[in-house]
Amino acid sequence: MMLNSSELMQIIPFLVLGTGIVISLLIEMYSSKSDAILPWLTIALLIYVAVHSINEVGSNDLLFGGMLAVGGKSSIFNFLFAVGGALVSLGAIDYIKKYGANFGEFYVLVQSSILGMMFMSGARDILVVFLGLELMSICFYVLVGINRKKINANEASMKYFLLGAFATGFIVYGVALVFGTAQTMRIGEILVNFSSLSGNILFMTGFILLIVGFAFKIAAFPFHMWVPDVYTGSSTAVTGLMSTGGKAAAFSVLLVLLGAVFTQEIENTFMPLFAGLAVLSMLYGSIVAIAQNNLKRMLAYSSISHAGYMLIGLAAGNLESVTGIMFYLVIYVFMNIGAFGIIAIIEGPNDDRVDLNSYAGLHQKNPVLALFMALFMLALAGLPPLAGFFGKYYVFIAAIESDLTWLAIVGVFSSVISVYFYLRVIVYMYFKESEVDFNVNISPTGLMTVVICGLLLIVYGLFPGSLLGLIASVVN
Amino acid sequence: MIEQYIPIFMVMVFAIIFGLGVIFASKIFGPNRPNKFKLMPYESGKDPVGDARERMSIKYYLVAMLFIIFDIEVIFVYPWGVEFKKLFADFGILAFTPMLVFLIVLELGFLYIYVKGGLKWD
Repeated sequence: MMLNSSELMQIIPFLVLGTGIVISLLIEMYSSKSDAILPWLTIALLIYVAVHSINEVGSNDLLFGGMLAVGGKSSIFNFLFAVGGALVSLGAIDYIKKYGANFGEFYVLVQSSILGMMFMSGARDILVVFLGLELMSICFYVLVGINRKKINANEASMKYFLLGAFATGFIVYGVALVFGTAQTMRIGEILVNFSSLSGNILFMTGFILLIVGFAFKIAAFPFHMWVPDVYTGSSTAVTGLMSTGGKAAAFSVLLVLLGAVFTQEIENTFMPLFAGLAVLSMLYGSIVAIAQNNLKRMLAYSSISHAGYMLIGLAAGNLESVTGIMFYLVIYVFMNIGAFGIIAIIEGPNDDRVDLNSYAGLHQKNPVLALFMALFMLALAGLPPLAGFFGKYYVFIAAIESDLTWLAIVGVFSSVISVYFYLRVIVYMYFKESEVDFNVNISPTGLMTVVICGLLLIVYGLFPGSLLGLIASVVN
Repeated sequence: MIEQYIPIFMVMVFAIIFGLGVIFASKIFGPNRPNKFKLMPYESGKDPVGDARERMSIKYYLVAMLFIIFDIEVIFVYPWGVEFKKLFADFGILAFTPMLVFLIVLELGFLYIYVKGGLKWD
Protein backbone atom coordinates (compact mmCIF):
# COMPACT_ATOMS: atom_id res chain seq x y z
CA MET A 1 0.00 0.00 0.00
CA MET A 2 1.57 3.24 -1.13
CA LEU A 3 0.83 6.63 0.31
CA ASN A 4 -1.29 8.75 -1.93
CA SER A 5 -0.78 12.47 -2.04
CA SER A 6 -4.28 13.46 -0.91
CA GLU A 7 -3.77 11.58 2.34
CA LEU A 8 -0.42 13.29 2.79
CA MET A 9 -2.08 16.66 2.24
CA GLN A 10 -4.47 15.94 5.09
CA ILE A 11 -1.77 15.16 7.62
CA ILE A 12 0.18 18.33 6.86
CA PRO A 13 0.24 19.44 10.54
CA PHE A 14 1.92 16.15 11.45
CA LEU A 15 4.40 16.48 8.57
CA VAL A 16 5.18 20.12 9.36
CA LEU A 17 5.79 19.39 13.02
CA GLY A 18 7.82 16.28 12.20
CA THR A 19 10.00 18.18 9.75
CA GLY A 20 10.23 21.00 12.28
CA ILE A 21 11.65 18.58 14.85
CA VAL A 22 14.35 17.45 12.41
CA ILE A 23 15.19 21.05 11.43
CA SER A 24 15.27 22.12 15.08
CA LEU A 25 17.74 19.35 15.80
CA LEU A 26 19.93 20.54 12.89
CA ILE A 27 19.78 24.14 14.16
CA GLU A 28 20.72 22.94 17.63
CA MET A 29 23.71 21.07 16.17
CA TYR A 30 25.13 23.67 13.83
CA SER A 31 23.95 27.12 14.87
CA SER A 32 25.59 29.09 17.66
CA LYS A 33 22.42 31.18 17.99
CA SER A 34 20.19 28.18 18.56
CA ASP A 35 18.85 29.40 21.89
CA ALA A 36 17.59 32.57 20.23
CA ILE A 37 16.05 30.79 17.23
CA LEU A 38 14.61 27.57 18.62
CA PRO A 39 11.94 28.91 21.01
CA TRP A 40 10.46 31.15 18.33
CA LEU A 41 10.65 28.41 15.70
CA THR A 42 8.83 26.10 18.11
CA ILE A 43 6.16 28.69 18.81
CA ALA A 44 5.74 29.43 15.09
CA LEU A 45 5.38 25.72 14.25
CA LEU A 46 2.89 25.13 17.02
CA ILE A 47 0.84 28.21 16.12
CA TYR A 48 0.73 26.95 12.54
CA VAL A 49 -0.48 23.56 13.77
CA ALA A 50 -3.11 25.23 15.95
CA VAL A 51 -4.42 27.44 13.14
CA HIS A 52 -4.42 24.59 10.64
CA SER A 53 -6.25 22.31 13.08
CA ILE A 54 -8.93 24.83 13.88
CA ASN A 55 -9.50 25.34 10.15
CA GLU A 56 -9.85 21.60 9.62
CA VAL A 57 -12.51 21.14 12.30
CA GLY A 58 -15.26 20.69 9.72
CA SER A 59 -13.62 17.81 7.89
CA ASN A 60 -13.87 14.28 9.15
CA ASP A 61 -11.73 11.66 7.46
CA LEU A 62 -10.14 8.32 8.21
CA LEU A 63 -6.73 7.95 6.61
CA PHE A 64 -4.27 5.11 6.02
CA GLY A 65 -6.80 2.33 6.05
CA GLY A 66 -8.55 3.64 9.13
CA MET A 67 -5.51 4.20 11.31
CA LEU A 68 -5.58 7.96 11.73
CA ALA A 69 -8.51 10.37 11.93
CA VAL A 70 -8.22 14.01 10.95
CA GLY A 71 -10.70 16.77 11.61
CA GLY A 72 -13.50 16.70 14.13
CA LYS A 73 -12.61 15.92 17.72
CA SER A 74 -8.96 15.28 17.01
CA SER A 75 -8.70 18.77 15.47
CA ILE A 76 -9.94 20.35 18.68
CA PHE A 77 -7.46 18.28 20.66
CA ASN A 78 -4.61 19.14 18.29
CA PHE A 79 -5.50 22.81 18.71
CA LEU A 80 -5.39 22.37 22.48
CA PHE A 81 -2.01 20.59 22.44
CA ALA A 82 -0.44 23.09 20.05
CA VAL A 83 -1.69 26.15 21.93
CA GLY A 84 -0.59 24.61 25.23
CA GLY A 85 2.83 23.78 23.80
CA ALA A 86 3.24 27.28 22.35
CA LEU A 87 2.29 28.92 25.66
CA VAL A 88 4.67 26.67 27.58
CA SER A 89 7.52 27.38 25.14
CA LEU A 90 6.86 31.12 25.41
CA GLY A 91 6.93 30.99 29.19
CA ALA A 92 9.99 28.74 29.23
CA ILE A 93 12.35 31.06 27.31
CA ASP A 94 13.63 32.90 30.37
CA TYR A 95 12.64 30.26 32.88
CA ILE A 96 14.91 27.48 31.62
CA LYS A 97 17.87 29.85 31.63
CA LYS A 98 17.21 30.46 35.31
CA TYR A 99 16.64 26.75 35.88
CA GLY A 100 19.92 25.80 34.22
CA ALA A 101 18.41 23.80 31.40
CA ASN A 102 18.95 26.13 28.51
CA PHE A 103 19.43 23.39 25.96
CA GLY A 104 18.00 23.44 22.45
CA GLU A 105 16.89 19.88 23.14
CA PHE A 106 14.26 21.26 25.49
CA TYR A 107 12.30 22.68 22.56
CA VAL A 108 12.93 19.64 20.37
CA LEU A 109 11.50 17.43 23.11
CA VAL A 110 8.51 19.73 23.61
CA GLN A 111 7.77 19.52 19.89
CA SER A 112 8.16 15.73 19.89
CA SER A 113 5.86 15.30 22.86
CA ILE A 114 3.23 17.46 21.14
CA LEU A 115 3.56 15.30 18.01
CA GLY A 116 3.01 12.23 20.20
CA MET A 117 -0.12 13.78 21.71
CA MET A 118 -1.43 14.59 18.23
CA PHE A 119 -0.97 10.96 17.22
CA MET A 120 -2.81 9.87 20.36
CA SER A 121 -5.82 12.05 19.72
CA GLY A 122 -5.96 11.17 16.01
CA ALA A 123 -5.34 7.44 16.39
CA ARG A 124 -8.13 5.06 15.46
CA ASP A 125 -5.91 1.98 15.74
CA ILE A 126 -4.65 0.75 19.09
CA LEU A 127 -1.09 0.41 17.81
CA VAL A 128 -1.04 4.07 16.74
CA VAL A 129 -2.41 5.04 20.16
CA PHE A 130 0.47 3.16 21.71
CA LEU A 131 3.01 4.74 19.38
CA GLY A 132 1.81 8.25 20.24
CA LEU A 133 1.65 7.44 23.93
CA GLU A 134 5.25 6.27 23.99
CA LEU A 135 6.47 9.23 21.93
CA MET A 136 4.79 11.58 24.41
CA SER A 137 5.82 9.71 27.56
CA ILE A 138 9.47 9.20 26.63
CA CYS A 139 9.83 12.91 25.85
CA PHE A 140 8.27 13.70 29.23
CA TYR A 141 10.63 11.36 31.09
CA VAL A 142 13.57 13.23 29.59
CA LEU A 143 12.02 16.68 30.02
CA VAL A 144 11.37 16.08 33.71
CA GLY A 145 15.03 15.33 34.34
CA ILE A 146 16.46 17.75 31.80
CA ASN A 147 18.74 19.41 34.34
CA ARG A 148 20.73 16.41 35.45
CA LYS A 149 22.47 18.36 38.24
CA LYS A 150 19.24 18.76 40.20
CA ILE A 151 18.67 15.82 42.51
CA ASN A 152 14.93 16.46 42.87
CA ALA A 153 14.48 16.46 39.13
CA ASN A 154 16.45 13.22 38.82
CA GLU A 155 14.27 11.60 41.46
CA ALA A 156 11.13 12.82 39.74
CA SER A 157 12.33 11.60 36.35
CA MET A 158 13.21 8.17 37.71
CA LYS A 159 9.88 7.81 39.52
CA TYR A 160 7.95 8.96 36.50
CA PHE A 161 9.85 6.60 34.25
CA LEU A 162 9.35 3.55 36.48
CA LEU A 163 5.67 4.19 37.15
CA GLY A 164 5.08 5.22 33.55
CA ALA A 165 6.64 1.97 32.36
CA PHE A 166 4.41 0.15 34.86
CA ALA A 167 1.34 1.87 33.41
CA THR A 168 2.52 1.03 29.91
CA GLY A 169 2.65 -2.60 31.02
CA PHE A 170 -1.05 -2.42 31.92
CA ILE A 171 -1.85 -0.84 28.57
CA VAL A 172 0.12 -3.42 26.57
CA TYR A 173 -1.49 -6.32 28.40
CA GLY A 174 -4.88 -4.75 27.81
CA VAL A 175 -4.08 -4.31 24.13
CA ALA A 176 -3.06 -7.96 23.91
CA LEU A 177 -6.32 -9.16 25.46
CA VAL A 178 -8.46 -6.82 23.37
CA PHE A 179 -6.68 -7.88 20.20
CA GLY A 180 -6.95 -11.54 21.14
CA THR A 181 -10.72 -11.37 21.65
CA ALA A 182 -11.75 -8.76 19.09
CA GLN A 183 -9.16 -9.99 16.53
CA THR A 184 -8.62 -6.47 15.25
CA MET A 185 -6.63 -3.42 16.27
CA ARG A 186 -9.01 -0.95 14.61
CA ILE A 187 -10.94 0.88 17.30
CA GLY A 188 -13.83 1.48 14.90
CA GLU A 189 -14.32 -2.25 14.29
CA ILE A 190 -14.05 -2.98 18.01
CA LEU A 191 -16.70 -0.38 18.79
CA VAL A 192 -19.11 -1.73 16.15
CA ASN A 193 -18.99 -5.14 17.82
CA PHE A 194 -18.80 -3.70 21.30
CA SER A 195 -22.13 -5.02 22.58
CA SER A 196 -21.39 -8.59 21.53
CA LEU A 197 -17.81 -8.39 22.75
CA SER A 198 -18.74 -6.92 26.11
CA GLY A 199 -20.07 -10.31 27.21
CA ASN A 200 -16.58 -11.73 26.83
CA ILE A 201 -14.80 -11.66 30.16
CA LEU A 202 -11.34 -11.54 28.55
CA PHE A 203 -12.30 -8.58 26.39
CA MET A 204 -13.68 -6.72 29.38
CA THR A 205 -10.54 -7.49 31.38
CA GLY A 206 -8.42 -6.10 28.56
CA PHE A 207 -10.58 -3.02 28.24
CA ILE A 208 -10.45 -2.32 31.96
CA LEU A 209 -6.66 -2.76 31.89
CA LEU A 210 -6.52 -0.15 29.13
CA ILE A 211 -8.65 2.19 31.24
CA VAL A 212 -6.39 1.59 34.25
CA GLY A 213 -3.31 2.37 32.16
CA PHE A 214 -4.76 5.65 30.97
CA ALA A 215 -5.98 6.44 34.49
CA PHE A 216 -2.28 6.50 35.40
CA LYS A 217 -1.68 9.09 32.70
CA ILE A 218 -4.60 11.32 33.70
CA ALA A 219 -3.55 11.06 37.38
CA ALA A 220 -6.77 9.60 38.79
CA PHE A 221 -6.87 8.55 42.43
CA PRO A 222 -5.57 5.03 43.03
CA PHE A 223 -2.98 5.60 40.29
CA HIS A 224 -1.85 9.05 41.35
CA MET A 225 1.22 8.11 43.42
CA TRP A 226 3.70 9.65 41.01
CA VAL A 227 1.88 12.95 40.56
CA PRO A 228 2.95 15.03 43.59
CA ASP A 229 6.63 14.09 43.44
CA VAL A 230 6.94 14.40 39.68
CA TYR A 231 5.06 17.69 39.42
CA THR A 232 7.11 19.16 42.27
CA GLY A 233 10.47 17.84 41.15
CA SER A 234 10.34 18.71 37.47
CA SER A 235 10.85 22.18 36.08
CA THR A 236 7.75 24.32 36.31
CA ALA A 237 7.38 24.77 32.55
CA VAL A 238 7.40 21.01 32.01
CA THR A 239 4.88 20.53 34.81
CA GLY A 240 2.59 22.95 33.01
CA LEU A 241 2.81 20.87 29.84
CA MET A 242 2.49 17.49 31.57
CA SER A 243 -0.50 18.45 33.66
CA THR A 244 -2.44 19.84 30.70
CA GLY A 245 -1.30 18.27 27.44
CA GLY A 246 -0.55 14.84 28.87
CA LYS A 247 -3.88 14.71 30.67
CA ALA A 248 -5.78 15.90 27.62
CA ALA A 249 -4.05 13.34 25.38
CA ALA A 250 -4.99 10.46 27.70
CA PHE A 251 -8.57 11.75 27.87
CA SER A 252 -8.73 11.98 24.09
CA VAL A 253 -7.90 8.27 23.88
CA LEU A 254 -10.45 7.38 26.57
CA LEU A 255 -13.13 9.35 24.70
CA VAL A 256 -12.36 7.39 21.52
CA LEU A 257 -12.22 4.02 23.29
CA LEU A 258 -15.56 4.63 24.97
CA GLY A 259 -17.14 5.82 21.72
CA ALA A 260 -19.62 2.94 21.75
CA VAL A 261 -20.93 4.06 25.12
CA PHE A 262 -21.31 7.65 23.96
CA THR A 263 -22.84 7.16 20.53
CA GLN A 264 -24.59 3.81 20.34
CA GLU A 265 -26.78 4.11 23.41
CA ILE A 266 -25.09 1.06 24.89
CA GLU A 267 -25.44 0.81 28.63
CA ASN A 268 -22.38 2.30 30.30
CA THR A 269 -21.05 -0.80 32.04
CA PHE A 270 -18.02 1.18 33.17
CA MET A 271 -20.16 3.71 35.05
CA PRO A 272 -19.40 2.32 38.56
CA LEU A 273 -15.67 2.18 37.72
CA PHE A 274 -15.52 5.78 36.51
CA ALA A 275 -17.83 7.04 39.25
CA GLY A 276 -15.59 5.41 41.85
CA LEU A 277 -12.43 6.82 40.32
CA ALA A 278 -14.07 10.26 40.05
CA VAL A 279 -15.28 10.40 43.66
CA LEU A 280 -11.97 9.17 45.07
CA SER A 281 -9.87 11.49 42.88
CA MET A 282 -11.95 14.58 43.62
CA LEU A 283 -12.10 14.11 47.36
CA TYR A 284 -8.52 12.87 47.78
CA GLY A 285 -7.08 15.68 45.67
CA SER A 286 -9.11 18.41 47.34
CA ILE A 287 -8.55 17.23 50.90
CA VAL A 288 -4.82 16.49 50.65
CA ALA A 289 -4.15 19.76 48.82
CA ILE A 290 -5.28 21.64 51.96
CA ALA A 291 -2.20 20.41 53.82
CA GLN A 292 0.31 21.53 51.18
CA ASN A 293 2.52 24.54 51.62
CA ASN A 294 4.49 24.06 48.43
CA LEU A 295 2.46 25.66 45.67
CA LYS A 296 3.58 23.21 42.98
CA ARG A 297 2.61 20.30 45.21
CA MET A 298 -0.73 21.93 45.92
CA LEU A 299 -1.40 22.29 42.21
CA ALA A 300 -0.38 18.64 41.72
CA TYR A 301 -3.09 17.54 44.16
CA SER A 302 -5.51 19.96 42.56
CA SER A 303 -4.65 18.30 39.24
CA ILE A 304 -5.74 14.96 40.73
CA SER A 305 -9.06 16.45 41.79
CA HIS A 306 -9.55 18.06 38.37
CA ALA A 307 -9.02 14.63 36.80
CA GLY A 308 -11.86 13.53 39.08
CA TYR A 309 -14.22 16.23 37.78
CA MET A 310 -13.47 15.21 34.21
CA LEU A 311 -14.03 11.54 35.08
CA ILE A 312 -17.58 12.46 36.12
CA GLY A 313 -18.14 13.11 32.44
CA LEU A 314 -16.94 9.62 31.51
CA ALA A 315 -19.21 8.12 34.15
CA ALA A 316 -22.16 10.08 32.73
CA GLY A 317 -21.39 8.68 29.28
CA ASN A 318 -23.54 10.87 27.03
CA LEU A 319 -22.68 13.31 24.27
CA GLU A 320 -23.12 16.36 26.52
CA SER A 321 -20.46 14.95 28.78
CA VAL A 322 -18.01 14.60 25.86
CA THR A 323 -18.59 18.28 25.08
CA GLY A 324 -18.18 19.12 28.75
CA ILE A 325 -14.92 17.18 29.11
CA MET A 326 -13.41 18.71 25.98
CA PHE A 327 -14.42 22.24 27.03
CA TYR A 328 -13.02 21.59 30.50
CA LEU A 329 -9.73 20.33 29.05
CA VAL A 330 -9.31 23.42 26.85
CA ILE A 331 -10.02 25.74 29.78
CA TYR A 332 -7.78 23.68 32.06
CA VAL A 333 -4.87 24.31 29.67
CA PHE A 334 -5.19 28.07 30.17
CA MET A 335 -5.81 27.88 33.93
CA ASN A 336 -2.94 25.55 34.70
CA ILE A 337 -0.32 26.89 32.29
CA GLY A 338 -1.13 30.38 33.56
CA ALA A 339 -0.77 29.37 37.22
CA PHE A 340 2.45 27.48 36.55
CA GLY A 341 3.65 30.44 34.48
CA ILE A 342 3.40 32.69 37.53
CA ILE A 343 5.13 30.09 39.70
CA ALA A 344 7.88 29.95 37.06
CA ILE A 345 8.33 33.73 37.24
CA ILE A 346 8.53 33.84 41.03
CA GLU A 347 10.55 30.65 41.48
CA GLY A 348 14.20 31.14 42.38
CA PRO A 349 17.12 29.43 40.66
CA ASN A 350 17.48 26.66 43.26
CA ASP A 351 13.91 25.38 43.47
CA ASP A 352 13.24 27.95 46.18
CA ARG A 353 10.38 30.45 46.52
CA VAL A 354 7.69 27.93 45.66
CA ASP A 355 6.11 27.84 49.11
CA LEU A 356 3.13 29.91 50.15
CA ASN A 357 5.21 32.29 52.26
CA SER A 358 6.96 33.56 49.15
CA TYR A 359 3.58 34.77 47.92
CA ALA A 360 2.85 36.76 51.08
CA GLY A 361 2.46 40.41 50.20
CA LEU A 362 2.87 39.85 46.49
CA HIS A 363 0.18 42.47 46.02
CA GLN A 364 2.52 45.23 47.23
CA LYS A 365 5.51 43.94 45.29
CA ASN A 366 3.83 43.32 42.01
CA PRO A 367 0.10 44.00 41.72
CA VAL A 368 -0.15 42.67 38.15
CA LEU A 369 1.22 39.23 39.03
CA ALA A 370 -0.93 39.08 42.14
CA LEU A 371 -4.02 39.98 40.15
CA PHE A 372 -3.41 37.27 37.57
CA MET A 373 -2.56 34.67 40.22
CA ALA A 374 -5.82 35.50 41.95
CA LEU A 375 -7.59 35.12 38.61
CA PHE A 376 -6.11 31.66 37.98
CA MET A 377 -6.85 30.50 41.53
CA LEU A 378 -10.48 31.64 41.26
CA ALA A 379 -10.78 29.97 37.85
CA LEU A 380 -9.31 26.71 39.18
CA ALA A 381 -11.72 26.87 42.10
CA GLY A 382 -14.51 27.20 39.56
CA LEU A 383 -16.02 30.53 40.53
CA PRO A 384 -18.13 32.32 37.92
CA PRO A 385 -17.76 34.33 35.70
CA LEU A 386 -14.37 32.81 34.93
CA ALA A 387 -14.13 30.02 32.39
CA GLY A 388 -13.26 27.41 35.02
CA PHE A 389 -16.85 27.58 36.26
CA PHE A 390 -18.29 26.58 32.89
CA GLY A 391 -15.84 23.69 32.60
CA LYS A 392 -17.25 22.16 35.76
CA TYR A 393 -20.82 23.26 35.06
CA TYR A 394 -21.20 21.37 31.77
CA VAL A 395 -19.69 18.18 33.22
CA PHE A 396 -22.05 18.32 36.22
CA ILE A 397 -25.05 19.02 33.96
CA ALA A 398 -24.15 15.96 31.88
CA ALA A 399 -24.00 13.87 35.06
CA ILE A 400 -27.44 15.08 36.16
CA GLU A 401 -28.88 14.21 32.74
CA SER A 402 -27.59 10.66 33.15
CA ASP A 403 -29.33 10.37 36.55
CA LEU A 404 -26.06 10.68 38.41
CA THR A 405 -27.15 13.62 40.54
CA TRP A 406 -25.34 12.20 43.56
CA LEU A 407 -22.07 12.31 41.61
CA ALA A 408 -22.64 15.96 40.69
CA ILE A 409 -23.36 16.71 44.34
CA VAL A 410 -20.10 15.07 45.39
CA GLY A 411 -18.39 17.15 42.72
CA VAL A 412 -19.85 20.40 44.03
CA PHE A 413 -18.94 19.35 47.57
CA SER A 414 -15.36 18.71 46.50
CA SER A 415 -15.25 22.09 44.71
CA VAL A 416 -16.33 23.75 47.93
CA ILE A 417 -13.47 22.05 49.79
CA SER A 418 -11.03 23.09 47.08
CA VAL A 419 -12.05 26.76 47.39
CA TYR A 420 -10.28 26.79 50.75
CA PHE A 421 -6.78 26.13 49.47
CA TYR A 422 -7.18 28.21 46.32
CA LEU A 423 -8.42 31.19 48.34
CA ARG A 424 -5.60 30.72 50.84
CA VAL A 425 -3.13 31.73 48.13
CA ILE A 426 -5.15 34.91 47.53
CA VAL A 427 -5.28 35.62 51.26
CA TYR A 428 -1.51 35.28 51.45
CA MET A 429 -1.00 37.60 48.48
CA TYR A 430 -3.37 40.36 49.57
CA PHE A 431 -3.71 40.23 53.34
CA LYS A 432 -0.28 39.20 54.63
CA GLU A 433 2.91 41.12 54.98
CA SER A 434 5.89 39.87 53.06
CA GLU A 435 8.29 37.92 55.26
CA VAL A 436 10.82 36.94 52.65
CA ASP A 437 12.52 39.81 50.94
CA PHE A 438 13.33 39.28 47.31
CA ASN A 439 13.00 41.04 44.03
CA VAL A 440 11.13 39.37 41.26
CA ASN A 441 12.74 39.62 37.87
CA ILE A 442 9.76 39.52 35.61
CA SER A 443 10.60 38.00 32.28
CA PRO A 444 8.61 39.71 29.50
CA THR A 445 7.84 36.45 27.69
CA GLY A 446 6.75 34.78 30.92
CA LEU A 447 4.44 37.67 31.63
CA MET A 448 3.09 37.42 28.09
CA THR A 449 2.14 33.78 28.67
CA VAL A 450 0.38 34.70 31.89
CA VAL A 451 -1.50 37.61 30.32
CA ILE A 452 -2.64 35.54 27.32
CA CYS A 453 -3.89 32.74 29.59
CA GLY A 454 -5.63 35.19 31.91
CA LEU A 455 -7.36 37.11 29.12
CA LEU A 456 -8.53 33.89 27.44
CA LEU A 457 -9.98 32.71 30.75
CA ILE A 458 -12.00 35.93 31.07
CA VAL A 459 -13.08 35.88 27.42
CA TYR A 460 -14.17 32.22 27.51
CA GLY A 461 -15.79 32.84 30.89
CA LEU A 462 -17.91 35.71 29.60
CA PHE A 463 -18.56 34.24 26.15
CA PRO A 464 -18.25 30.45 26.38
CA GLY A 465 -20.73 30.07 23.53
CA SER A 466 -18.35 30.20 20.58
CA LEU A 467 -15.93 27.56 21.84
CA LEU A 468 -18.71 25.43 23.26
CA GLY A 469 -20.68 25.62 20.03
CA LEU A 470 -17.63 24.55 18.05
CA ILE A 471 -16.99 21.57 20.32
CA ALA A 472 -20.66 20.58 20.38
CA SER A 473 -20.85 20.71 16.57
CA VAL A 474 -17.86 18.38 16.40
CA VAL A 475 -19.15 15.95 19.00
CA ASN A 476 -22.59 15.58 17.44
CA MET B 1 -4.94 -24.91 10.91
CA ILE B 2 -2.18 -26.59 12.87
CA GLU B 3 -0.20 -27.29 9.66
CA GLN B 4 0.48 -23.58 9.33
CA TYR B 5 2.65 -23.73 12.40
CA ILE B 6 4.96 -26.49 11.16
CA PRO B 7 7.68 -24.00 10.09
CA ILE B 8 7.69 -22.47 13.57
CA PHE B 9 7.95 -25.93 15.05
CA MET B 10 10.86 -26.70 12.71
CA VAL B 11 12.62 -23.49 13.78
CA MET B 12 12.22 -24.50 17.42
CA VAL B 13 13.60 -27.98 16.73
CA PHE B 14 16.56 -26.58 14.82
CA ALA B 15 17.21 -24.03 17.55
CA ILE B 16 17.35 -26.77 20.18
CA ILE B 17 19.56 -29.00 18.00
CA PHE B 18 21.87 -26.11 17.19
CA GLY B 19 22.12 -24.91 20.80
CA LEU B 20 22.86 -28.36 22.19
CA GLY B 21 25.15 -29.15 19.25
CA VAL B 22 27.36 -26.11 19.87
CA ILE B 23 27.68 -26.87 23.57
CA PHE B 24 28.62 -30.51 23.04
CA ALA B 25 30.85 -29.82 20.04
CA SER B 26 32.99 -27.44 22.09
CA LYS B 27 33.09 -30.00 24.92
CA ILE B 28 34.21 -32.76 22.55
CA PHE B 29 36.58 -30.95 20.20
CA GLY B 30 37.86 -28.00 22.29
CA PRO B 31 40.92 -28.08 24.52
CA ASN B 32 40.07 -28.39 28.22
CA ARG B 33 42.31 -26.27 30.44
CA PRO B 34 40.13 -25.00 33.29
CA ASN B 35 41.16 -22.26 35.71
CA LYS B 36 39.36 -20.34 38.46
CA PHE B 37 37.98 -17.60 36.22
CA LYS B 38 36.88 -19.89 33.44
CA LEU B 39 34.84 -21.95 35.90
CA MET B 40 33.04 -18.94 37.32
CA PRO B 41 29.41 -18.49 36.22
CA TYR B 42 29.32 -16.00 33.34
CA GLU B 43 27.62 -12.71 34.19
CA SER B 44 28.51 -10.21 31.46
CA GLY B 45 32.10 -9.99 32.66
CA LYS B 46 31.17 -8.93 36.19
CA ASP B 47 31.77 -10.66 39.48
CA PRO B 48 28.66 -12.84 39.91
CA VAL B 49 28.76 -12.70 43.72
CA GLY B 50 28.47 -9.46 45.67
CA ASP B 51 26.40 -6.29 45.90
CA ALA B 52 24.33 -5.56 42.81
CA ARG B 53 24.37 -1.83 43.54
CA GLU B 54 27.65 -1.12 41.95
CA ARG B 55 28.63 2.04 40.10
CA MET B 56 29.05 1.52 36.41
CA SER B 57 30.50 3.85 33.84
CA ILE B 58 27.73 5.73 32.08
CA LYS B 59 29.47 5.00 28.79
CA TYR B 60 28.06 1.47 28.79
CA TYR B 61 24.56 2.94 28.66
CA LEU B 62 25.64 5.25 25.85
CA VAL B 63 26.91 2.31 23.84
CA ALA B 64 23.68 0.45 24.46
CA MET B 65 21.66 3.42 23.23
CA LEU B 66 23.81 3.89 20.15
CA PHE B 67 23.37 0.22 19.37
CA ILE B 68 19.61 0.77 19.14
CA ILE B 69 20.04 3.14 16.19
CA PHE B 70 21.87 0.56 14.12
CA ASP B 71 19.68 -2.24 15.40
CA ILE B 72 16.49 -0.52 14.30
CA GLU B 73 18.06 0.39 10.98
CA VAL B 74 18.80 -3.26 10.24
CA ILE B 75 15.40 -4.47 11.42
CA PHE B 76 13.60 -2.21 8.97
CA VAL B 77 16.02 -2.29 6.06
CA TYR B 78 16.30 -6.08 5.82
CA PRO B 79 12.66 -6.88 5.04
CA TRP B 80 12.58 -3.96 2.61
CA GLY B 81 15.68 -5.28 0.88
CA VAL B 82 14.28 -8.80 0.69
CA GLU B 83 11.08 -7.58 -0.94
CA PHE B 84 12.80 -4.94 -3.04
CA LYS B 85 12.45 -6.67 -6.43
CA LYS B 86 8.70 -6.93 -6.00
CA LEU B 87 8.44 -3.37 -4.68
CA PHE B 88 10.50 -2.04 -7.58
CA ALA B 89 8.34 -3.88 -10.09
CA ASP B 90 5.18 -2.43 -8.54
CA PHE B 91 6.18 1.13 -7.77
CA GLY B 92 9.33 1.82 -9.80
CA ILE B 93 11.63 4.45 -8.41
CA LEU B 94 9.01 5.41 -5.77
CA ALA B 95 9.95 2.26 -3.88
CA PHE B 96 13.00 4.13 -2.66
CA THR B 97 11.25 7.13 -1.13
CA PRO B 98 9.84 5.71 2.12
CA MET B 99 13.13 4.05 2.98
CA LEU B 100 15.05 7.18 1.99
CA VAL B 101 12.95 9.34 4.34
CA PHE B 102 13.36 6.79 7.10
CA LEU B 103 17.13 6.58 6.65
CA ILE B 104 17.57 10.37 6.49
CA VAL B 105 15.74 10.80 9.80
CA LEU B 106 17.66 7.94 11.35
CA GLU B 107 21.07 9.13 10.15
CA LEU B 108 20.28 12.62 11.42
CA GLY B 109 20.04 11.04 14.84
CA PHE B 110 23.41 9.48 14.24
CA LEU B 111 24.81 12.83 13.09
CA TYR B 112 23.41 14.43 16.27
CA ILE B 113 25.30 11.91 18.40
CA TYR B 114 28.49 12.54 16.42
CA VAL B 115 28.28 16.35 16.59
CA LYS B 116 27.46 16.30 20.30
CA GLY B 117 30.52 14.13 20.97
CA GLY B 118 28.65 10.97 21.91
CA LEU B 119 31.24 8.83 20.15
CA LYS B 120 34.22 10.26 22.02
CA TRP B 121 35.23 7.62 24.52
CA ASP B 122 37.38 9.81 26.79
